[in-house]
Parts: sequence; structure tokens; C-alpha cells
Amino acid sequence: MLETSANEPFVTGKVRLLHAAGMHARPAVKLTKLAKRFQAQISIRASETADWINAKSVAKVMAMRAPRDSTIEIKAHGEDAEAAVAALISLVAADFPEASA
Amino acid sequence: MIRADVAGLAYRGRTASIGFARGPFIRLRAGENAARTAGSPSDEARALRDAIAASSEQIAKLAAAAGGEAAQILEFQVALLEDDDFLDPILAGISEGAPADAAWSSMLDEQIADYNAASDEYLQARSSDLADLRDRVLRILRGAEKQAPRIPSGAVICADDLPPSHFLEIDWSGGGGLALLRGSPTSHVAMLARARGIPMVVQLGALPNAAMALLDGESAMLELDPSAEQIALFERRREAHRKSRASARAILRRPGAIWRGERIKLLINIQRVEDLDHTDAQYADGIGLMRTEFLLSAPDGMPDEETQYRTYDAVLRWADKRPVTIRTFDAGGDKPIAGFTPQGEANPFLGVRGLRLCLARPDVFKVQLRALARAAVRGNLKVMFPMVTVPTELEAARALFGDVVADLQGAGISALLPELGIMVEVPAAAMAIADFRSSFFSIGSNDLAQYLLACDRSNGALDALVDPLHPSVLELIARTAEHGARAGLPVSLCGDMASDPRCIPALLHCGLRELSVNASALAQIKQTIDRISHGGADG
Repeated sequence: MLETSANEPFVTGKVRLLHAAGMHARPAVKLTKLAKRFQAQISIRASETADWINAKSVAKVMAMRAPRDSTIEIKAHGEDAEAAVAALISLVAADFPEASA
Repeated sequence: MIRADVAGLAYRGRTASIGFARGPFIRLRAGENAARTAGSPSDEARALRDAIAASSEQIAKLAAAAGGEAAQILEFQVALLEDDDFLDPILAGISEGAPADAAWSSMLDEQIADYNAASDEYLQARSSDLADLRDRVLRILRGAEKQAPRIPSGAVICADDLPPSHFLEIDWSGGGGLALLRGSPTSHVAMLARARGIPMVVQLGALPNAAMALLDGESAMLELDPSAEQIALFERRREAHRKSRASARAILRRPGAIWRGERIKLLINIQRVEDLDHTDAQYADGIGLMRTEFLLSAPDGMPDEETQYRTYDAVLRWADKRPVTIRTFDAGGDKPIAGFTPQGEANPFLGVRGLRLCLARPDVFKVQLRALARAAVRGNLKVMFPMVTVPTELEAARALFGDVVADLQGAGISALLPELGIMVEVPAAAMAIADFRSSFFSIGSNDLAQYLLACDRSNGALDALVDPLHPSVLELIARTAEHGARAGLPVSLCGDMASDPRCIPALLHCGLRELSVNASALAQIKQTIDRISHGGADG
């Protein structure tokens, strides 16, 4: 799925949040840590009507209060945007596994 | 508040961690320090940055000393201190002339209030992490001495709430307990208390001062300045608790579970290699289900053959001579994997998932089969395929596996075709079970129930309908077990039913003699079998 904004393509993706407690502290820390590994600007939101927030901010990700079973939308732009979206989707889909190799 | 019969007062709260503590009653109070006098905005900004750096360092030291779960809990605080979106508004306030401590605490207070107002108990519980962080940075900004209160060994410590870092600064080696006026069973400090085996009761409300306390984490009761009679009753409860735990442990250590003279094999399910670190895992008769999907979610994409081989080999070495059943990738359905599972399926639970997906993606599947074929020479390995509907799927997988083994052996690499079996989770497969040339069967009761009852198991609105004890589910379990007994093939069950004590009598009556459970449920399931074997009402 591609959108275009100012000639710069956004890579987007969706994934369902399986974590029993929703997006609480440990998942939020894991998600933001992973997002920070990428150069791309990455935004997420937990519903279609919510504002996009910075996926690299743990405070913002926690404040999103995404409950279990909500759909997390991810969009990124920048050089490694595609890899960033794929990595974040895998992390959420795998329910935030410990000790990612 | 309950007035006890004699003397001392008793208070009831909520259990956060079970166990018993008897000792001096010590109250902790948060010290208030004087506000700082503000310097220039640039001085204040620097003071805040320095205090944040010093706090990060203190927290990192605490985390390193504590390790494990405690370290993960403190990671949230460190992540906040590294979050520019969080710090920028505070620094903006300082540039407008606010003193560093006021700017910091007003922002944190706002966030804490926000978390406290949340309807979600998990979020409410996180507010004590924020308060912990607020106070640590404030202490440094206000130049206070780090006060490490001297606490006598074995004390029952009372506080309004206790931040995780304070818990870690207390020496618990002599026992003791925690009685909180507020707090929450889902807080980080509660997780730490459970991990350390420290009894903890929360939400006790207002408490008077006292010299001595009895804390009973099982009945969520705190007794202050107890009478001799209260102490005697407390010690009796403590002893009963100790005996019941000891009996479950003793049953766990026995060589096998026996039901009406028949040996019941109890194996464990693992999600990843670290699950074998659970202290009870060693008492299992083997591994009944090793899931492999975690390998697919490594941040650097699909796992290569070597990574997989090392993972499987580690598990086989742990198991030694015991059997290890590894399930091939079971992606799709409610387990999407980017770049692997199909996108845009209208009904993924009925879509290209499990073995269907692997057969459609031989590029990914063959790498796993190569790693498994190499691991097969290292131990007692069995491989099972998930989501099989008809025998031709099993035969297609067997043919592919055979090719892979021939290729490896042709290249001089030692490899073996392991025993192959199927998961029984599609009703059609369960009903035509005799058609499969399978060396063993493992019933996936979660999916079997979902497909039989036509209920999406991830849909909470259907919880009441998804009953694993429905006669249709038990009928198919019994048919599969009967076929296994007739054909001399082992049948096990690895779904959630096996870890649920209420389902055990039905499963044994269906004819199952092998169950695969989570390591944390092993002691309880073994105790359940022992109990119903000894003439329990439902045995």
C-alpha cells in the first residue's frame, strides 16, 4: 500500500495488537527501541480517527493506550522505511518476544 | 476494618504476592525537600540535563545489580529519560523562565494524574513508575542526600505506594513483607515482589502506627500489634501454606504421573528456548510441542538454516534422551508474519496458514526442513505439521522432507528423516483420522474447538460459546485417542485444555495418556492427576 506526499512515498502497514495487557510499558519500550534503530520517520496510530504519533517516543506510545486487539497502523518515510515497517509489524505480530536475536 | 476478637486490629486489602511475614512494622514516608532557587534559563536547562544523566546512571546500576525482570521494568524509566518528545515541553517551560525542578515535576505530575485517571488498571499501575522517576530526578535537582532508610531484617514495610527502585534498594535477604495503603497487584513492584517471593498486600487504606505486624499474603490480611492468639493462628496458616506447596513440589518430583495404575506422560510446550529455564521444566517427560514461529520474527528477516539448526540442537541437547516434538512454522490465522503470510485474506483462520502456507512457500519451508533433518541425528526428534486437512498434504510434506534429506546426505552432511506426525485441529482430519500415514498425533484443542464451534477464539464476545468441554470436541478427541490405541500410535493433546485442571478428568476419560502443558502448569496438573487417581469425586 503506497501513499504519496510531497513526492516522498510513505510505506504503510497494519498489524493487530495481541498483547494481553495492550500497549503497556514493556511492549512500548520494545517498540520504540526498535523504531529508533531506523533512520526513517515512523508514525503509528491505534485507530483510524486518532492522530499519528511518533513511534520513537515511549511517552507518546504509552499515551496512545492501545488496547488488546486494536489494529496498529504504521507509516514511515525515509531511506529504510520499508524495512522499518516490516520490522515493527513482525515485532507486534510476534507479541513482543524476549531477546530478539 | 475488622475488629479481631482479642486485642490487635486486622485490615484486609488485595493480594499482590502470596506468602507470610511477621516482624516489626516500619512506615516509609517520602521526604520533602526545599524547592531550588532558579538560575538563568540556560543554567536550569543544564541542571535538568545533568540530573537526568545522573538518574539514568543510577537506574542503570540498579538494573544491572537486580537483573532479569527488574531490569526490564527499569528500562521503561530509562526509555522515558531518552525520549525527546517527552523532555522537549519541559525544556520549553524552562526556556520561558520556569525553575528546572518546577518544570520537571509539573510535567510529571500531569502525566501521573493522566495515568491515574485511566480506566485500564495496567496504565494506572504505571503511575508509580513515573512517581519513582519524578522523585529521583527531583532529589538530585534539589541536592538532597540519597536517603537509604535503615530497615531491620524481616520487617513488614508500610508505604503509601512503593516505587520499584525503592524496592530494589531494600535488603530483602532476611525476608519481610510489603503492606501498601494504595498500590496495585499489577504494578511493577508487585511483579518484583512475586519474583522474590516477598508477600505483598495492597489497597489497605488508612493504617495507624504499630510496633509489630503479621502479613498474610494469601488471605490479603494485615494484623497490627497482634495478640498471642492471633500470632498462633497466623503461624498455623503459614504452616498449612508451606505444607500444601511442599506437597505439590513433592508430587512434581515423582518419576511419573499415574492415573488408575496407568502411566500418564506429561510433556511441556515451549515457545522459545528460554522457556526451558523454568525450574519445573526438568521434571517433564519431554517436549510435546516446540513452536517455531518466534524464529520468523527476528528483526533481520527470515532465519537462516544455521540459526535454526543451532536452536533445535540446543533443545535436543537439553532434552537428552527424552522426546522432542518440533512443530513446523504455524504462521497465518492470528499469527501474521510480514513478508510470509498472505495479505488481505477475508478470513485468515480459514486461509492459507500452517502447513498450507509452508507448502506454498517451499523457499522458506525447505530451509526449516534442512535444519530439522540435520538436528534429527542429534537426539530423539519428532516433527509435526500444523493445520493438516487431507492426507495428500502430509505426503507432499514427507516427499519434500525426503528430498531435503537426500540432498544433505548427497553432500556428505549427516541428516535423517525424523518421525513425522500431524496436528489434529481441522475437524475433517479428526473425522477421517485413519486415512493419515502419521507416526503420531497431537490434538490442537484450541483450533479444533474454534472450527467445530464456529467461534473465532480471539473474539471476546464469544467466550461463553467457546467451551472446550462441548460434547462435539470431546467426541473427536475420543475418536482420535481410540484410533491411536487401535493402531498403536501415540496421541497427545497440546492445547490449553491440557493445562486446565478442570478439563483433566474429561481428557483422561477420552482415552488420552499423553498431555503437553506449559511448564508453569506442570506441578498443578500432576497434582490434579494424583488427586483424581486417588478416588476424587470426578476421577
